[in-house]
Amino acid sequence: MTAGTTLLEVRNLRKYFPVRSERVFAPKLMVQAVDDVSFSIPAGETLGIVGESGCGKSTTARLLMHLIIPDAGDVALGGRRLGGPSGHTLRELRRQMQMVFQDSYASLNPRLSVQDSIAFGPRAHGAAKQKAVNKARELLGLVGLDPAQFGPRYPHELSGGQRQRVNIARALALEPRLVILDEAVSALDKSVEAQVLNLLMDLKTRLGLTYLFISHDLNVVQYVSDRVLVMYLGKVVELGPVEDIYHRPRHPYTQALLASRPSMDPDVRVERSPLSGDPPNPINPPSGCRFRTRCAFAEALCERVEPALTPARGARAHVVACHMHISGSGHNRESA
Amino acid sequence: MESERNVTLAFDPRSGHAPAAVEVPVGMPRHRTYWQGVRRRLLRDPFTMICAAVLLLIAGAAVFAPWIGLVDPHTSDSARRLLPMGSPGHLLGTDELGRDMLARLIYGGRLSLTMGLLPVIIALVIGGTLGLIAGFLGGRINMLIMRVTDVFYAFPSILLAVAIAGALGAGVRNALLAITIVFIPPLTRVTESVTTQLRSMDFVEAARASGASTFAIVRTHVLGNVMGPIFVYATVLVSVSIVISAGLSFIGLGASSPAAEWGLMLNTLRESIFLAPVNAILPGFMIFITSMCFNLISDGLRSAMDVRL
Repeated sequence: MTAGTTLLEVRNLRKYFPVRSERVFAPKLMVQAVDDVSFSIPAGETLGIVGESGCGKSTTARLLMHLIIPDAGDVALGGRRLGGPSGHTLRELRRQMQMVFQDSYASLNPRLSVQDSIAFGPRAHGAAKQKAVNKARELLGLVGLDPAQFGPRYPHELSGGQRQRVNIARALALEPRLVILDEAVSALDKSVEAQVLNLLMDLKTRLGLTYLFISHDLNVVQYVSDRVLVMYLGKVVELGPVEDIYHRPRHPYTQALLASRPSMDPDVRVERSPLSGDPPNPINPPSGCRFRTRCAFAEALCERVEPALTPARGARAHVVACHMHISGSGHNRESA
Repeated sequence: MESERNVTLAFDPRSGHAPAAVEVPVGMPRHRTYWQGVRRRLLRDPFTMICAAVLLLIAGAAVFAPWIGLVDPHTSDSARRLLPMGSPGHLLGTDELGRDMLARLIYGGRLSLTMGLLPVIIALVIGGTLGLIAGFLGGRINMLIMRVTDVFYAFPSILLAVAIAGALGAGVRNALLAITIVFIPPLTRVTESVTTQLRSMDFVEAARASGASTFAIVRTHVLGNVMGPIFVYATVLVSVSIVISAGLSFIGLGASSPAAEWGLMLNTLRESIFLAPVNAILPGFMIFITSMCFNLISDGLRSAMDVRL
């Protein structure tokens, strides 16, 4: 697999969920969970997605797997879209793209031994039972669990970290090219989290994997990602290489998000919350720029015009959706 | 291997004596399948085991009734009516036509237990399938199936059974059919609610993400997890079924004379309750014991099936 070729290409992905209204004849309301999201991941890279809870990170992951059917948009893996004569079947798309969930316990069937859980995918794709179980045991070894000891165990007999290793093994059982890690380490203890992260990094180089890493933990995302995508209320607000995003964030939301991290230096305490209030209701998102209601630099322009993702000055690979960074937008702080 | 070392220590072939207790190394749980674990927990539950033993005794006696030296349950003797318990030749006395109570109670178990089990088993297959389909597919299919079951739900179960049996006419087969129809909606509903809960769980999502077919997902991931709660609920229904069928026989819609059936016996002995109260109560006592045992077994099953214990 040559680095640099695009593995995953996502275009204009959109999902609105209908909301059950209280009144019978009320106009139908929609939660704009994911709105017009586009990005791509080169093979062998890790793309981190960050954002507050409810911003559409997990929905994006489920849309990619087609666990939720998107309203609009294209998902292409290895240059092939879903459907059509030359496209992937859903089954094939799902085989090449696997997912690890946050809740390590809920994502394993309590009635199946872990080796049977791992073997389920290969069996569903036609492998003989014994072959699938052998493969499962091999994978257990790969994620650092002794197959003889852990293979026949049940999920409730394992610790959280061990279970998440099993979930990783299960995701790898179909030999995917892309692994989506949806808050995969968020529920683990810090020390276990580090072990699992190291395992993930190790597996990535050994198996030539590509990761989509979703997390609300900014430090973890910084550690694992090559590029970072920042989401706010279902929209991409900034996307760029990890050093750029972390050292020169352009969007006021990214700046606030990064400033909200607890400081490791007691002399440089974060005294004041950089962002106040909750994100606005996604049923009726603010017009124009969705962040304007919480932005210190919002102007009349931001209310009228929605800023498009535009390459930031001096960094071609870094795009940002903010009028302050669009030349000629008319924003007072726009320093052309 | 740690486990091997412990096993060889526990049994020494040269000395030849059996191990007092095989040591199980700490931190190495013995691996059983799920159902082996359930069986082990059930065997350790004294209440459930006593109930199971009582039921086995009643069922075994009913099945082998012709070969255990009972007198004919249909031979009446008008000179020896309503004999008290412990009369010579009639251990539990006789009924209002002089027939042997013990023989009739044991033979009665045949019909009563069949009436208890058969409707539940048939309803479990039909209702369970409908519930799985409704729960896993959701949407309009769910709507259709569940609204139809709601219609049946609108009537109290005994009233519904009486109405159906009444419309179909008296007789054991119609009573069976009536009770089966009454049990399909609740079994559908319970299966549907458990399946719906399961469907949104991450492990089912993960199975869907693996590209497996709906049938494979239901068979491997849903069925095993639905079976437990449904089985427990069905066990309770067995006792309800026995009571309803006894009720139908009591009002003349189920089994008819001279057949031996507990509900029917209760009905015919009712007129003699002041002359021989003990005799009149005996069939009711059998119904009580049997349904109670099924209820307690259901409780035992519920706790034995909880993996997280």
